[in-house]
Amino acid sequence: MAQFLMIIVSAVFINNFVVVQFLGICPFLGVSKDFKSALGMGLAVTFVMTLTCLITYPIYTFLLVPLKLEFMEIIVFIFIIASIVQMIEMVLKKFSPTLYNAMGIYLPLITTNCAVLGAAELVIDGGQMASLIGITAAQMNMGYAVLYGLFAGLGFTLAIVLMSGLREKIARSPIPKKLKGFPIAMLTATFIAMAFYVFTLI
Amino acid sequence: MKTNFKKIAKDGIISSNPTLKLVLGTCPTLALTTAAMNGIGMGLAVTFVLICSNILISLLRKAIPKQVRIPAFILIIATFVTIVRLALDYYLPDIYESLGLYLPLIVVNCIILARAESFASKNGVLASAADGLFMGIGFTLALTTMGAVREILGAGAIFGYKLWDFSIGFFSSSAGAFFTYAIFIVLFALITDSIAEKTKLAEKNNNGDFTKPIEEAK
Repeated sequence: MAQFLMIIVSAVFINNFVVVQFLGICPFLGVSKDFKSALGMGLAVTFVMTLTCLITYPIYTFLLVPLKLEFMEIIVFIFIIASIVQMIEMVLKKFSPTLYNAMGIYLPLITTNCAVLGAAELVIDGGQMASLIGITAAQMNMGYAVLYGLFAGLGFTLAIVLMSGLREKIARSPIPKKLKGFPIAMLTATFIAMAFYVFTLI
Repeated sequence: MKTNFKKIAKDGIISSNPTLKLVLGTCPTLALTTAAMNGIGMGLAVTFVLICSNILISLLRKAIPKQVRIPAFILIIATFVTIVRLALDYYLPDIYESLGLYLPLIVVNCIILARAESFASKNGVLASAADGLFMGIGFTLALTTMGAVREILGAGAIFGYKLWDFSIGFFSSSAGAFFTYAIFIVLFALITDSIAEKTKLAEKNNNGDFTKPIEEAK
């Protein structure tokens, strides 16, 4: 139970994917102009990330490691992610057109989202997991890997939704011309990062 | 057709600098600019992958079917990233350690895919190689300068050498990363805009009477 709580607090707040580990900054800045699309993007990423960890972790541990093919991990992972995204797109299109309309446009972007590949790389790295959620390489198993993927995705969702709320307000304020676009988005992110800094003091 | 290397160089480093003008590849930029040395390491790794993938994609641009080009590009990029990773692990383990997670993530760095899609798949080998080189230099320069600023302000050091004891912790925190990046984008835009205006003005004056003051030339 303590481990479970640790994963949640660490993945969502202390080591938030976006503002602390800087993973998935492109969608964080690009798809955070309004609340609705931010939430859609966040949930789509969470879904893909959980599925990715569910598939890449056993493939790495039970296939690549025994075969001594660890160096192939990048190529294997990126192909797994691309296929998962493609598959979700096809399934959604066939069975749930409403969900497809809501999530569809974000799905192709997720293949090249470094948060997803980052999560897949983190859960197989014993040292990283030990420092992030306090689970040693020996204790690590698939359950933890999937949980980490899920809550890291929810952390991403939290950050992007917070960002969209702030940007909706800022869009209606007078900003100096030179600050429009990326600079003001980054300055907004500065304040979100400062807010999340509090959690690292825990 | 003669390749305009001067234009490619100017595009890569100044007018469409991948980090400061196009704002691509933001994740490693924010994460690794805590020290100037990280900027150089990451910059050179990305430059290598950019040049190699640009060359290979340019060579194969007529062979890759249009529908599957993105997966093909990603496979090519992933191969070169694996090469860089293995080489760094063997020859420069210190840099390998400090780049950590962000080394495999070069695969999904948007700069490389963007150049593959918008330049290498449309241009010749030599031009693509030059484009990769100068985009890489632009990225490296931006990362190293940002890294130097954050290292001086946040740790009171440069390239690992201690300068003084004074330091502002904010600049080495993650909030400082966003802040420094925002300031850099604004400053870069101000500088390049003022230079562009000056050259425009100079051209205008040269067209007319060179000795006339600017107001009259209008």
